[in-house]
Amino acid sequence: MGIINNINKAFDHRVRLGIMSVLMVNEYADFKTLKELLGVTDGNLASHSKALEQAEYIVIEKRFIGKKPNTRYRATKSGKTAFKDHLNALEQLINRNE
Amino acid sequence: MDSKKYLEDLNEIKDLMQKSSRFISLSGLSGILAGVYALIGAAIAYVVVTNSTRTYLILDGYIFRLMLLDLFLIAFLSIGTAIFLTTRKARKNGEKIWDTSSKRLVINFLVPLLTGGLYILIILGQQKYGQTAALMLIFYGIALVNASKYSIGDIRYLGYTEIFLGLICALFPGYGFWLWVAGFGIMHIVYGLFMYFKYDRA
Repeated sequence: MGIINNINKAFDHRVRLGIMSVLMVNEYADFKTLKELLGVTDGNLASHSKALEQAEYIVIEKRFIGKKPNTRYRATKSGKTAFKDHLNALEQLINRNE
Repeated sequence: MDSKKYLEDLNEIKDLMQKSSRFISLSGLSGILAGVYALIGAAIAYVVVTNSTRTYLILDGYIFRLMLLDLFLIAFLSIGTAIFLTTRKARKNGEKIWDTSSKRLVINFLVPLLTGGLYILIILGQQKYGQTAALMLIFYGIALVNASKYSIGDIRYLGYTEIFLGLICALFPGYGFWLWVAGFGIMHIVYGLFMYFKYDRA
């Protein structure tokens, strides 16, 4: 047990890892940017971001730029902390196995 | 335990963090060419000024306007080349040319650079010529250091070098021309070569 305690189920998917990675280093990212960076479909991004929103790791803001709807994402403080813990746990796991 | 998968995850995370926050397709070749233009421009300036009746530069209309034209051409050619080669490289890397990261890079580069440019024009208008070369080097260096956060980190060192040369130039204004040649000509070529071999060839 022990070492896998901090592996966070909420991040255990590459799309979710991707969303969090981008939001760690950028204040905001909009839907289109994320989609292009991660190379995923609309539906895929929507469902994974919803999961992260429900965990309160990210905030989804819908607004209008002129008449066009624009969705942008931001990592919350708890999301950033949780993601850091997750990364540390991954690192420990890898070091342990080598 | 599947540590290979986790290792792949970590690498992908690192890559995404880099790609989403930095514009990495700057062309090293364009740096080399900018240095070459600067050297040619400086050589033209040198010939024109030493062959004029006065062997130093003041705001006496004709020669001064020639020098401004010379400077403007260097800047225009350098920027044009940089845009062209960087666009080509970005396309090859599959990176967007005008996205959040490149916009951020340009804004952070232009704010100190334009501030410096306007400041130099203002003090030229007040007939203070002595510090022009020093100020160009210093503000250009600050612009590079500021922009380096949003691009390849090595640019920071070119920035430090330009600031250092600028400060020396401020101490010895008589050597302004030669320090300008070193900063804008030689340093661009040295760093351009360095970047070219480190990033473009891979």
